[in-house]
Amino acid sequence: MSQKLEAKNVNVFYDQTHVIKNVNLSVKANSVAAFIGPSGCGKSTFLRLYNRMNDLIEGFRKEGEVLLDGKDIYAKDLRVEDLRKKVGMVFQKPNPFPKSIYENVIYGLRIRGVNNKKLLDETVERSLRQAALWEEVKDNLKKSALALSGGQQQRLCIARAIATEPSVLLMDEPASALDPISSSKIEELIYELKTQYTIIIVTHNMQQAGRVSDTTAFFYLGELVEYDTTKKIFMNPSDVRTQDYITGRFG
Amino acid sequence: MSHLEVEIKNLKSEMLEMFLLVKSQLEKSKESLVRLDKDLAREVLVNEKRVNGFELKLDRDCENIIALFNPVAIDLRFVLACMKINSNLERIGDIAEGICQFVLNIKLEPEKKLLEVTRMLEMYDTSILILKEVTEAFDKEDTGLARSVFKKDEILDEINLNANQAVADFIRNNPDRINQSLYMLSAIRKLERVGDQCKNIAEEIIFYIEAKVLKHKSKEQKQE
Repeated sequence: MSQKLEAKNVNVFYDQTHVIKNVNLSVKANSVAAFIGPSGCGKSTFLRLYNRMNDLIEGFRKEGEVLLDGKDIYAKDLRVEDLRKKVGMVFQKPNPFPKSIYENVIYGLRIRGVNNKKLLDETVERSLRQAALWEEVKDNLKKSALALSGGQQQRLCIARAIATEPSVLLMDEPASALDPISSSKIEELIYELKTQYTIIIVTHNMQQAGRVSDTTAFFYLGELVEYDTTKKIFMNPSDVRTQDYITGRFG
Repeated sequence: MSHLEVEIKNLKSEMLEMFLLVKSQLEKSKESLVRLDKDLAREVLVNEKRVNGFELKLDRDCENIIALFNPVAIDLRFVLACMKINSNLERIGDIAEGICQFVLNIKLEPEKKLLEVTRMLEMYDTSILILKEVTEAFDKEDTGLARSVFKKDEILDEINLNANQAVADFIRNNPDRINQSLYMLSAIRKLERVGDQCKNIAEEIIFYIEAKVLKHKSKEQKQE
């Protein structure tokens, strides 16, 4: 498998605060990488580097390279809009737009000016099927997305993220606000989706990281302490800090 | 200390109790055999029920920790190792019980000469010593001590290997002691298994502490 995402000697600063310290990390195509670590360790900041969501934060500065398919995503000639077509994102809290289910899914295509009804219909069905939501909403596509349950809303957000056919999906604690059943549906979905996407998930749930990911990165105080296969991290981590964190002996 | 740490600590102290219980069973089986003490043999048989009950309790404790706490890394390795060590210890308990069954079947006190030629006492003492050492290795998380067991087990293998000839010679000279001699040979076979169980326990201790799998490795590789 080729490297889909690569970070080389990446440092991030917010003004004078050094929040990511010389991180090198590669994620293979069609795999799931989990980022774990205590709050404030830099894992979400690092995740947001992949779709340049930190750019607008005041005082943000980055050193080093972040590559997608071998190309620097911070290159001057690269348009952020084009990057975000390739890199979708799902957030902790479901954030559907106050529109119908149908309009939510095709939102990305609409703003790109796609109006072909057949193409839009096909995209809606494909995306909702991939997000394991189609069977539940197929007869109510005109219904407001806000009427869905939290778990359904989150799957709708995943459908919206994959409707533009990105190759990378970033997920920032996508199941933390959901009940166990909805949460396990999202996990199943991640497992299904990795055949087509490269997925990075930030999670505070150790068991979830163990269940869904192929590789796990442990961040602490802005450093990448350890990055290895998930099996290795959870059975025999190399660094004592990783072991202390995952076994709950931290601090 | 977190709740999981408390559970792990309790599990460890109960495992040590199991170690001691099984060691005491093995020591009593030795005494009962050497002195043909049938009362002591009966005591071992009664205590065997305690060993079995303790095994079930420890298994349940391990299952509960896995189900309720989802342990990972060294915690998970510890619980997995305990499950296997628990079953190894129970088998050593079975061996002590088996030898005591012989004691109840033997009519005459074992001949001193027979004990001597079969090196029965050396076999017993080495088995008990090995069991003591794995207990200490488990308690102190000492993988060096655990590794030393692999070497000591060779003594048991050697005694076991020579026992056939020794018993055959003894029977030739004491044809009236055939029954007792055969029981003695069976006891030696059983004690050789104590060494194997202790080796398995040592492997589990090393797995839990160093995350190394030594199963099916050569003697040289195990010492590394």
